[in-house]
Amino acid sequence: MFDGISTQLLFGQVLIGLINGSFYAMLSLGLAIIFGLMSVVNFAHGAQYMLGAFIAWGLLNYLGVPYWGALFIAPVVVGAFGLVMERLILRPIQNLDHLYSLLATFAAVLIIEGLVRQEFGSTGLPYNSPLPGGVNLGFMFMPWYRLWVVVFSIVVCFGTYILIEHTKLGAYLRAANERPEIVESFGINVPRMISLTYAFGVGLAGLGGVLAAPIYQVSPSMGSNLMIVIFAVVVIGGMGSILGAILTGYLIGIVEGLTKVFYPEAANLVIFVIMIFALILRPNGLFSGKEGYK
Amino acid sequence: MPSDPQPILKVENLEAWYGESKALHGMNFDVREGELVTLIGRNGAGKTSTLRSIMGIVGNRTGSIQFRGKELIRKRTYQIAQEGIAYCPEERAIFASLSVAENMTLPPVLRPGGLSDKDLFEAFPNLHARRKSGGSKLSGGEQQMLAIARILRTGSRFILLDEPSEGLAPVIVKQIGTQILRLKEQGFTIVLVEQNLQFARLVADRHVVVENGQVVDTLTPEDLSADLDRVKTYLGV
Repeated sequence: MFDGISTQLLFGQVLIGLINGSFYAMLSLGLAIIFGLMSVVNFAHGAQYMLGAFIAWGLLNYLGVPYWGALFIAPVVVGAFGLVMERLILRPIQNLDHLYSLLATFAAVLIIEGLVRQEFGSTGLPYNSPLPGGVNLGFMFMPWYRLWVVVFSIVVCFGTYILIEHTKLGAYLRAANERPEIVESFGINVPRMISLTYAFGVGLAGLGGVLAAPIYQVSPSMGSNLMIVIFAVVVIGGMGSILGAILTGYLIGIVEGLTKVFYPEAANLVIFVIMIFALILRPNGLFSGKEGYK
Repeated sequence: MPSDPQPILKVENLEAWYGESKALHGMNFDVREGELVTLIGRNGAGKTSTLRSIMGIVGNRTGSIQFRGKELIRKRTYQIAQEGIAYCPEERAIFASLSVAENMTLPPVLRPGGLSDKDLFEAFPNLHARRKSGGSKLSGGEQQMLAIARILRTGSRFILLDEPSEGLAPVIVKQIGTQILRLKEQGFTIVLVEQNLQFARLVADRHVVVENGQVVDTLTPEDLSADLDRVKTYLGV
């Protein structure tokens, strides 16, 4: 195809890009939802993602619950954890400067990661793929599990997008994002809506963690490593933009994969170069102003 | 004037703060069932703050707000709304990220007697024609109609209306006046904040004059007509 670049390498990297992009999209989506309604930059998102992976690992190794069970249980447990965190940490400081919630969630990262590291050590724990094998497409080998991750994440991301942009529940969220006190004056329990939204965003991170467990090592720092990229994705897509977070997530994953093919040295850098250009050319994000929820 | 002497809203010694700044300094007034009471006074006198305090949308408030015998002072905004009070803010608060139809149907039905979506669109046909437009695409008058229409969905019979005539052309003000009078005829109880005296005197049973966060006078429509100069002094016009 291109001089010196095999099709296999190209598609292989695009696939890896899509897989990484799936996680970028799911995590930045959760961040965008939380930021949109609460103006909280949820630094704990990576730690909550890591918790999802560890809960899946624990369910399998202590209780014998397989991956498919964990896929439902772990996000609910992580979401419930988010509910408690919102009530105990975020709600008491909701009227203070947003810097406080940023610092509080950052503190939560240090505590959660520290506790997990204390218990399970720093080295990663293995989690076997629930879908071994794959299919030979001729130009490349496609593992079933990776295909599942890409398809499932697309369904979850766009399902969430439709929920927010095209349903009554989403209309409440969009309205509360603009003027929470007016939505509350209609008789809607906005504080509870905020709690549940935070839990939902955090649950998405937990779901991402379960999906990641068979691909990456289950380790205490798996979330922190990812968060730097996730924040770049959120900034590029536009803080709080749902569609922006999803599309930018996949886009950045693929761009990163392609860079590995054409100029591997820049693969880790390219995201931040894009972020710089996005900030200069479209400081409100690539997708700002294209939809209601901002 | 309504025959029922029992007030359904009784505000006593209401004080309210936005952060450090005090907006209300002991408001006292009441509203009877089916009555239309206006709050009149200069800019910054505390009229809007009074409505916001009744709804619980201020930093802090003390005193007593009794609605149908229940104390609201410690209730949250959504609980106050669920007691049967609807609020239409001065800035209309039409949600830009929602379509006209989404804006209209956003408030939930809290009690029986709320207008159905069909009734609402029948009552406001121009909103029906624009139901798919973004909320911010409406004209000022249409936004005001929408802001009033949507709270009728909840079934609340007690409405707080903040300056519905503000910034609108006289012909639109007249239409809104007609709508408000229609609501009154249907038995709604209304507290109206209004700077437009012509508008206020056409619709109100009673005028409560607010100055420096306190009630300084209560006027009947006759007082208003008879002593317009005194009223103009209150309003600073």
